[in-house]
Amino acid sequence: MLTYIARRLLISIPTLIVISLVIFLLLNLAPNDPMAQVPLTVPPEVKEKMREALGLGQPLYIQFIKWVVQLFWVEPQVFIDYMFETNFSEGKQRVISWQTRSPVMDIVVQRMPQTLWVVGMSYIVGILIAIPIGIYSAYKQYSVFDQVGTFVTMIGYSVPPFFTGVFVIVIFSVQLGWLPSIYDTTHVVVDWDTFKTQLKQMVMPVMVLALQTTAMINRFMRATMLDNLNQDYVRTARAKGLSEWTIVMIHVLRNSMIPVITVIALNVPAIFGGAIITEQVFKVNGIGHQLIGAIYANDLPTVQTITFMFAFLIVAFNLIADIIYGILDPRIRYD
Amino acid sequence: MTEVVENKTSNRSKLKDVWDQFKSHKGALLGGFIFFSIVIIVMIGPFFWPFEANGIDIRSRNQGPSLLHPFGTDQLGRDTLARMMAGGRTSIAVGLAAMALSLFFGSFIGVTAGFYKRLDGILMRFTDLFLSLPLLPLLLVMMLLFREPLSQAYGPEKGMFVLIVVSIGITSWMPTARIVRADVLALKEREFVLAARSSGTSDTMIILRHIMPNVLSPIMVSATLGIANGIITESALSFLGLGFPPDFPTWGRLLNDAVDYLQQYPERVFWPGLAISLTVLSINYLGDGLRDALDPRMRKR
Repeated sequence: MLTYIARRLLISIPTLIVISLVIFLLLNLAPNDPMAQVPLTVPPEVKEKMREALGLGQPLYIQFIKWVVQLFWVEPQVFIDYMFETNFSEGKQRVISWQTRSPVMDIVVQRMPQTLWVVGMSYIVGILIAIPIGIYSAYKQYSVFDQVGTFVTMIGYSVPPFFTGVFVIVIFSVQLGWLPSIYDTTHVVVDWDTFKTQLKQMVMPVMVLALQTTAMINRFMRATMLDNLNQDYVRTARAKGLSEWTIVMIHVLRNSMIPVITVIALNVPAIFGGAIITEQVFKVNGIGHQLIGAIYANDLPTVQTITFMFAFLIVAFNLIADIIYGILDPRIRYD
Repeated sequence: MTEVVENKTSNRSKLKDVWDQFKSHKGALLGGFIFFSIVIIVMIGPFFWPFEANGIDIRSRNQGPSLLHPFGTDQLGRDTLARMMAGGRTSIAVGLAAMALSLFFGSFIGVTAGFYKRLDGILMRFTDLFLSLPLLPLLLVMMLLFREPLSQAYGPEKGMFVLIVVSIGITSWMPTARIVRADVLALKEREFVLAARSSGTSDTMIILRHIMPNVLSPIMVSATLGIANGIITESALSFLGLGFPPDFPTWGRLLNDAVDYLQQYPERVFWPGLAISLTVLSINYLGDGLRDALDPRMRKR
């Protein structure tokens, strides 16, 4: 098992390096001038100095190495300093946003909780809805419940979040006026009333994202349950006279959960991607909102850093999924 | 008795088998019907409809649905139905073109990786790498970076079309490549490939004549999903304001424009959203039916 994990870890390091190179090159080789927004009245020598201050004077490979060092070496040090009140990172150059002139990571840390709240909550809600529905639709295959469930899954698959989001805003905010259409991130929960307000503003973004999660996981859950329900061991269990509940909820469910858990882990990054759009619809100032803002403002360091963080999430969760699979299914551990 | 049955089955062509299975999937049939209706309305509708998609008539702005304007008009008095049809043309054209490009890349890489053992490792690592890229952020970045130069080179509309199609194409070929590779790996060991090789057929001809026709069914299923993915991605980009220019309607763009008037005219978001959802839903059902029909294991039941 250890060699298996070690091997997977070793593969992911070059992947991350190549991905960071791809992201870096895409942004830096593009025919696009980050100084284009500077007024024409600024003299050329001042422009040249500004260019150097942004780190654009050096050759490309030095820029890349600097960025990698800042991201992988300095930023973790800042994090350690923050956690243990040491001072490793003192005087070291961090990744600076062109937009705000402050370290990118500081803004990311400010924005992250909102994204994690909305995305994390929607993921949990989606899983909690999808699994029971998946189990029951597989158990009663082709029943009315199954047909309706499949249809709802298809809708969750097909209707994009920018329409479901806007649609629920039209119904619940504009027509009925029950829920606020804009997520207020400055809201602090102190008592029951503020908790209710928080709940109200979270319902719509969470449900919109949860619909996507539900669709994906329900479809998978149903398929693996169906595969397992037709296996010989189920017939054996029935022949032994076990109750249906024990057969389905213990024998079949436990075997079906192996691939489903992997899919759950694999799709965490995808749901962060979906959050970019949902955050835009509900004006949640999370990390996706920051990315869009940085793209509009041509703020390359922020765009690079956030894009790389998404890539890191994908690689990390691929690794986690592989490890979980290895732990849960002994057949996978080929060491 | 058995002879008669056997005789009957051997006379049936494969295509008829596929069609029979496809017919029994009611959702797929309906999905196909709806999708082709949408395509036809969008393609020939503008020739019969009296209003231009960009014809501004400021005196009849912000109208609700009426006989003259069944879907109403927008803030500049442009007829929403005309804009929906023009938008649908672009959205579906983007979906089809992006699908074709991604299928081309996907089947090319899949067949090469499956057929040539030497290239398999590196091509599959390449595919894995692409699968680990954060696609939506990268698409947004590509829109940001290449918008200006391509608009200057081909004009704002054509440049954007090329950019969107190419970006979607090169970020969505990976699933196709994986499926095709797996099928090619199995096909390569079959006797008819051996026979072709022993009779001196070149690799290119083996691939074109013997391998490609046999991997057509997974490619067709990927094609339906590819159209859906293309339409959704284009709409998402337009919705985020990084797609086509504002005066060039697509369904995502229309939805984005309607969001600005959410408080005053909430019904406006409904039409483009419904069009996107209905198209994608019908394509997904079509793909589901195709997968069932083309999978011989399903057909035997």
